[in-house]
Amino acid sequence: MALLELEHAAFSYDGHCAVSGLSFLLEDADYLCVVGENGSGKSTLVKGMLGQLEPSAGAIRRSALLKRGSIGYLPQQHALQKNFPASVEEVVLSGRLAKKKLFSFYTSADRRAALNALATLGAAELLKARYGELSGGQQQRVLLARALAVGHEDLKLLILDEPMNGLDPLIKRELYDLIETLNREQQIAIVMVSHDVKAAVNFAKNILYLDSRQEYYGNAHAFSHTAVGQELIRDSCSDNCAICGLHRETE
Amino acid sequence: MGSWATFWTTLGGLFSYEFMVRALVIGLLVSLCAALIGVSLVLKRYSMIGDGLSHVGFGALAVAAALNWAPLAVCLPVVLVAAFLLLRLSENSRLRSDAAIGLISASALAIGVTAISIRGGVNTDLENYLFGSILATTNVDLVLSVVVCLVVLLAFVVLYHRIFAVTFDQDFAAASGMKSAVLNALIAGLTALIIVLGMRLMGALLISSLIIFPTLSALWLTRSFKGVTVTAAILAVVCFLVGLVVSYMSGTPTGATIVIANLVAFLICYASSKIRLATQKGAGREAQRTAAGEARGGALGATGRETERGALLSAGEARGGALGATGREAKGE
Repeated sequence: MALLELEHAAFSYDGHCAVSGLSFLLEDADYLCVVGENGSGKSTLVKGMLGQLEPSAGAIRRSALLKRGSIGYLPQQHALQKNFPASVEEVVLSGRLAKKKLFSFYTSADRRAALNALATLGAAELLKARYGELSGGQQQRVLLARALAVGHEDLKLLILDEPMNGLDPLIKRELYDLIETLNREQQIAIVMVSHDVKAAVNFAKNILYLDSRQEYYGNAHAFSHTAVGQELIRDSCSDNCAICGLHRETE
Repeated sequence: MGSWATFWTTLGGLFSYEFMVRALVIGLLVSLCAALIGVSLVLKRYSMIGDGLSHVGFGALAVAAALNWAPLAVCLPVVLVAAFLLLRLSENSRLRSDAAIGLISASALAIGVTAISIRGGVNTDLENYLFGSILATTNVDLVLSVVVCLVVLLAFVVLYHRIFAVTFDQDFAAASGMKSAVLNALIAGLTALIIVLGMRLMGALLISSLIIFPTLSALWLTRSFKGVTVTAAILAVVCFLVGLVVSYMSGTPTGATIVIANLVAFLICYASSKIRLATQKGAGREAQRTAAGEARGGALGATGRETERGALLSAGEARGGALGATGREAKGE
């Protein structure tokens, strides 16, 4: 069975129907990029996938593998977080709370899992650093480590909400590579919400395109040959040059 | 020596009064708890909730006094309801939450002042609530403070990691299955209790400073959540003690003196942070200059060696070339 299956699902937020009639499958170790304009319902869909929103119509089915602590989540970073007084260890450890009971404290196993998550992303040396003093790219790595620390060995799905926002092209490229490695080597399914259609087509296996007029769900390479895909790739910002050409070509 | 003896005698005299001991216990507990709760509120930019609640508290007290009702029995539920309302306003990004909180604060104050004027002027009790008084605390306040502060301390210790998670990233906390709305409501409710308990001692107009100042001061000194929490708690307790003693010795209003002690602590923390930063920058520049000097020396040495080697090579090549040419020429090529 697929990890997630949406069948004619609709999600509403604040009484407003954000997405409707959505059907797609998310297979084990899949890599799905959700693209679309602002307000097309991408973040609402993420809340639905995380189980924070029930569908107002249709159905969403989750595999038994997706139990508590098997979904890692990287939300959009808020401005307040950038200078937040916290150590990297405090931030990454907070990912472990998903598996912990209400009145419990961190154990040595939790600290090991946090360090392992950082080491997986090549950032173990940041453990004792101050979060607010890190660069944007390092902060995203730390938040990604927090998402991994949620389940670590049990992690089946990683949901990333616009993780590349505000990063420079080379850092973006590094993060895309890291995410691809997690998907390929650790068989973690990825759902990434992105505005960057060009990179999405380059890295993802499947694309879900949300728009008020039309929707697309299917193979990423095939999407790049559709009229809307071509138009969106053309409109993609030029700072993807560091990303394009280093992976399979789309044009 | 003599001045120290006088100081200790005065200090000893300070705590020979029952009301002073009561004020000390209530003030220490309220300051500590307000600082702990304040860390989350300040970092989430919700500190105006504390300010709004103190105004609502004053309004509720004034109405209770006008109607001859028990002050705490009216004030506690009203401030609790206001806390949840203000939290909801702050969380709703579509509303102008700062303006809404200002509106509620001013309205509560206006209702309070009107209630007082209808009753016939400001009486001593209400004045105590407005500006604070150590004489105004009662044994009931003491018992309530101990109970509520123990609840706050217990909740803070047990839920510390969750409070951090919700303060740092509410979206992630909610996605991880944490009841972030419940935690936020708990923080708002505890803030309301602390405000109501501290109002007699600090005054409605000054109580919010106990929530805001310690965290702001601690932020200049440390950059981890645990560090900020511990530093804010220590600063709050120290500033309260200093403020209480100074107010007793100089005869200044207790609440205002404690706030001034917090202000002085904030300025000291700010200055020490700037001095430390300047020292670090100076040391960094010195290290850079040293490194640059060493690199320049190395580069010069290398350049000298390279030039010498290049000249030798060129001369050799020229010589070889010349020799070759000469040989070829000699062979008649």
